[in-house]
Amino acid sequence: MKNLWKRSVDRFGHPKVYCTLFLMLLLVTAFFLKQNIIGLIATSFVRIAQNSVLVLAMVPCIISGSGPNFALSIGMICGALAGCISIELDMMGMPAFLTAISLSIPIAVIAGLLYSVLQNRVKGDEMTVGTYMGYSIVSLMCIGWLIIPFKSPEMIWAIGGKGLRNTIALSGRYDKVLDKLGNITFMGNVIPIGTFIFFGICCFLVWLFLKSKTGAAMLAAGDNPKFAAASGINVDKQRTIGTVLSMVLGAIGILVYAQSYGFIQLYTAPLYMPFLAISAILIGGASIKKASIGNVISGVIIFQALLSISLPVINGLLPVGNLSEVIRIIVQNGVILYALTKAGGAE
Amino acid sequence: MNAEIKIENKKNEKLNVLSILSKYSVPLLFTLICIAGAVLSGLTPKHIIGDVILRLDRNLFLVIALIIPVLAGMGLNFAIVIGAIAGQIGLIIIKFMDVGGVPGILLAFALATPFAIVFGFGVGKLLNKTKGREMITSLILGYFANGLYQLVFLLFIGTIIPVNNPEMMLPGGIGLKNAFDLDLIKYSLDNILDFNVMGVKIPAFTFILVALLCVFLQFIVKTKLGQNFRALGQDIHIADVAGINVDRTRVIAMIMSTVLAAWGQIIFLQNIGTIQTYTAHEQAGMFAAAALVIGGATVTKATIGQAIVGTILFHTLFTVSPSAGKNLFGDAQIGEYFRSFIAYGVIAMSLFLHAWQKNVAARNKEKLEQ
Repeated sequence: MKNLWKRSVDRFGHPKVYCTLFLMLLLVTAFFLKQNIIGLIATSFVRIAQNSVLVLAMVPCIISGSGPNFALSIGMICGALAGCISIELDMMGMPAFLTAISLSIPIAVIAGLLYSVLQNRVKGDEMTVGTYMGYSIVSLMCIGWLIIPFKSPEMIWAIGGKGLRNTIALSGRYDKVLDKLGNITFMGNVIPIGTFIFFGICCFLVWLFLKSKTGAAMLAAGDNPKFAAASGINVDKQRTIGTVLSMVLGAIGILVYAQSYGFIQLYTAPLYMPFLAISAILIGGASIKKASIGNVISGVIIFQALLSISLPVINGLLPVGNLSEVIRIIVQNGVILYALTKAGGAE
Repeated sequence: MNAEIKIENKKNEKLNVLSILSKYSVPLLFTLICIAGAVLSGLTPKHIIGDVILRLDRNLFLVIALIIPVLAGMGLNFAIVIGAIAGQIGLIIIKFMDVGGVPGILLAFALATPFAIVFGFGVGKLLNKTKGREMITSLILGYFANGLYQLVFLLFIGTIIPVNNPEMMLPGGIGLKNAFDLDLIKYSLDNILDFNVMGVKIPAFTFILVALLCVFLQFIVKTKLGQNFRALGQDIHIADVAGINVDRTRVIAMIMSTVLAAWGQIIFLQNIGTIQTYTAHEQAGMFAAAALVIGGATVTKATIGQAIVGTILFHTLFTVSPSAGKNLFGDAQIGEYFRSFIAYGVIAMSLFLHAWQKNVAARNKEKLEQ
């Protein structure tokens, strides 16, 4: 037994083992509380699909050697902006969603390029600088959302007639366009197959990219920058590619999130969202230096299932405040802390 | 090769000019922004000065709590949130014991201190495991501690910790309310000695405390311990070779910072007079760091003067920006977003400049070695 424990911890890492155990404990508790387990699992599926692409966005950044992208909120803002533009153009359904995605890509590429100019000057401190860069861009864009001259009455404040609303409802626009695409109903619960397929395609593309020549160079640059530079790889360029790719995936990710959630959230909403994605991939077994698609998939499943199941179960056990939110804070930041200590000092 | 070094040196010089400029330009730039904001806001000077003095009274102690870790080369200690938590624990306990006035606040200081020492010890130990990444670790650690704090005061109070006070607890008897008043100690420090200057209340006693803290810091810097802090701040390897117990010194720096932050938070809350149980501490680290940096401090250098100047500038900006935003754009919200952008942006800029200089220095060293 002790051997099995040690082996599994060695193989999967502490966060994954503990979170899985906690998840099982929650499921058992739910069973004893006579809660609708299948319903709980179905809700988790929706949330897993919702967050999947955002977690995937961490992979290129970690692989290229600049650590988890704490400034992913910049990419999310690009996505949200594109989402608003597609509503402003008065588009609906799938075309609106696809327009939003194709608009978000160039915006995120530009933002990613600008950001990597900064990032390549602060090697070793990307996380700290990135966090505060993300925070400052989010608060700068708060002013932006107020003064960008959008006209669509669906999006601007009814009173005053200018400035975007905090949350923009997507019903009638592209609410759940992916979720509804080929969804199946299982015992009264909807499983968002369309979003999973979209996530699968994204994963496949990233995997394909990593297998390409550029991808291999990126891996080498991230793995050992000095060695890579000596063998003729332009490390800065590889890091730039990784960051841009991460920002683009972040932009697409927030649009996937929005269509599933049914709202685009603006203003301070993206402020802490990168941490959610980071802790998901870390739970999946990634470190701040290594990540894989497998880490993304297992991480997002475990973390989001944990979050969505903990809410009803803990409220069923102890109807005290928002205890499940507290658990989210502890798990999320605990996992990041663990990864930071695991990585050791810079020297 | 020689030519290359020369070019690098030239670049270095340029960077030095840039760094000197940036050192003095930050407070100057913010003075200009503050003056412009003050004019635009249309507030009377008396109002602004009164407000700034009030905010200095609340925040200066917390800002000064950041100085020691900077000296010891640990960067901006965002984990003073944890110190603030210790301070709040002290206040919550005296509220339960119902001890008010000056004895109450002294008791709060006394109760918060052991918590702060233990927490500071823990933070220091953890930061020793993440040398070179102290700031991101302390930031995340602050968030993590916030989670634990909420767990304790939402769930453990009334269950594991057997207390009962319907006025402070949630209706179910478990967990503290989101907010409660601190009338029993409100202004109890400020009012020990205060006087009015042309209608502006000056809480002299709190400022005397701050002055004592400054004297204490000056004293510490001159002692052996202070020299050790500074040696660590200069170069951790050389300090290690010179026989300084690096890890222990860093833990001491964290303990001091955390204890000072706990006291600072108590001073802050005795002036505010209510405590938002679950959110009062959240922004402590960020606002204090922003104030320090606006005063011209960097991640590696901070003085008491910079802390004071920075706090004055930052809080002037805080006072004037909503009204200025309203007069300029017809929307007070813009001013509020602007000030949070300034707070985050100035920290981001400072972190960026520091990391950039570190990178350039490392590259130069490498080139010279080759």
